[in-house]
Amino acid sequence: MSDSVSVAKSDGPGDGGRPEAIRAVPVRHPGRWAGAVVVLVLAAMFVHFLLTNDALDWPEQRKYLFSPAVMDGLWGTVWLTLAAMVGGITIGVVLALMRMSANPLMSGAAWLYLWFFRGTPLYTQLLIWGSIGALLPTVSLGIPFGPEVHTWETQKLINAALAAALGLILNEAAYMAEIVRAGILSVDPGQQEAASALGMSRMQTMRRIVLPQAMRVIVPPTGNETISMLKNTSLVAAVPYAELTWTAQTIYADTYKVIPMLIMACLWYLLLSSLLMVGQFYLERYFGRGTSQSERGRSRLRALGAIRGGGGGQ
Amino acid sequence: MTDTIPEGARAGGDGLMVKAEKVHKSFGRVEVLKGIDLEVKPGEVMCVIGPSGSGKSTFLRCVNHLEKINAGRLWVNGHLVGYRQKGDKLYELRDREVSAQRREIGMVFQRFNLFPHMTALGNVMEAPVRVKGESKAKARERAAVLLERVGLGDKVGNYPAQLSGGQQQRVAIARALAMEPALMLFDEPTSALDPELVGEVLDVMKQLALDGMTMVVVTHEIGFAREVGDSLVFMDDGVVVEKGVPREVLSNPQHPRTRDFLSKVL
Repeated sequence: MSDSVSVAKSDGPGDGGRPEAIRAVPVRHPGRWAGAVVVLVLAAMFVHFLLTNDALDWPEQRKYLFSPAVMDGLWGTVWLTLAAMVGGITIGVVLALMRMSANPLMSGAAWLYLWFFRGTPLYTQLLIWGSIGALLPTVSLGIPFGPEVHTWETQKLINAALAAALGLILNEAAYMAEIVRAGILSVDPGQQEAASALGMSRMQTMRRIVLPQAMRVIVPPTGNETISMLKNTSLVAAVPYAELTWTAQTIYADTYKVIPMLIMACLWYLLLSSLLMVGQFYLERYFGRGTSQSERGRSRLRALGAIRGGGGGQ
Repeated sequence: MTDTIPEGARAGGDGLMVKAEKVHKSFGRVEVLKGIDLEVKPGEVMCVIGPSGSGKSTFLRCVNHLEKINAGRLWVNGHLVGYRQKGDKLYELRDREVSAQRREIGMVFQRFNLFPHMTALGNVMEAPVRVKGESKAKARERAAVLLERVGLGDKVGNYPAQLSGGQQQRVAIARALAMEPALMLFDEPTSALDPELVGEVLDVMKQLALDGMTMVVVTHEIGFAREVGDSLVFMDDGVVVEKGVPREVLSNPQHPRTRDFLSKVL
């Protein structure tokens, strides 16, 4: 023991002071340089392509970018995305709680729902919603298998907008149910025990303790779902209902300028999905409070800010 | 929302804080508690020791009905735990009524189980506000006093992840005390702590005992049991093997199983 102490002392800062800082020749990375050159050349070629390819027809794009027709289509895309996610999350939470229910009829019903809506293509489901009148000519309110109080014609009750929204909502609910269930299951059972031991009711425990922690797991995939949904709204052309892609199609049906209109639609989609990504970042940070994850998130934002600011800021 | 405990559940328990009568508990085919008879008087500090798997934690969890017992009777503060008796028939209590019973029992867990998305203050305030309907201002004030009492007056704004294990466990004790329980249960409160942090938690518990709190402490801290405990229970294989005054049980164990266990831990 006394030996090691004396060794430590002789090496300590008290004797020789701080040793000289290491100045070594860094390892060279020629591969990185070669890779960078390739990427730069490819990027230059791409920019050249964007600027010189007449098929892109930027003036044509600018002409329609803010036209009333495109604005209408854009609005269709935005409200369908919002409605599908709000409706999908709401029904999804109910389905998730049903799946975790002790009642086998409840969990069985939820399972059957998921089986159908996840097992068939969204496009096909939307085609069915487009022809819902053929499947269900009338909708009635009354006692099941008994007298009917009032009857509507489905074709009038469910217009194209409602059919499109319902198609997206019911499909999204199936996916959200699984995301919510995974989130709830991710919370340590000790949390529920602690809440119970304090005398909190099951509802209070779910709302105040379990769900806020489940959100940390639920938010990132829900962000992905929202971005997917933004693009999946283009499938409601199957109903048919006019949104952004459909609008672009109707414009080039007249002008025959196919590529400019599709690229213009892409630009709008990119702008919207970028906005969603920013929103997702803040949501994740909010629900990550109290964990070290949130610290990492904050530094990621700083990195993001540095990139956006051109890297030289501050 | 303040549910009172139903009349039928009152009476019984003979003025004791905890009374267990032939309590049995099984998980599937495994019988974990094989007829536990125990009595805890108001103000008493009972320490429970025994090898892991002896059923001591399960017993503690039965006392506040986190586990349902299969046979026997359990009373806390005069209330039959989890049931209401009418004549010869037992009726299960509703969730709300069980919650009402749990309000008089504070529990501290081995793994703290603090709510990670709330600050220390938020953790302590939560139950008084949500369960008792206390105003936020009043709950905040009381929570600050409680955190001060466990020596964390300067940590009110910290999240659990920013606290050491010992600090987290002290917040957990403050959280349980915020409901002003008549009985505190401790389930191996120092077993998950680094050795140098054990003392600060035991000090808080000792102070609590001196203040007259009734406590049942499942622990491996023999020193604490000897110094603070009014009674000591040794459990093994689902039964109470030996109980008595800590000093006597520890220095002069009557049963060979107690002697065997103590020879390994002392």
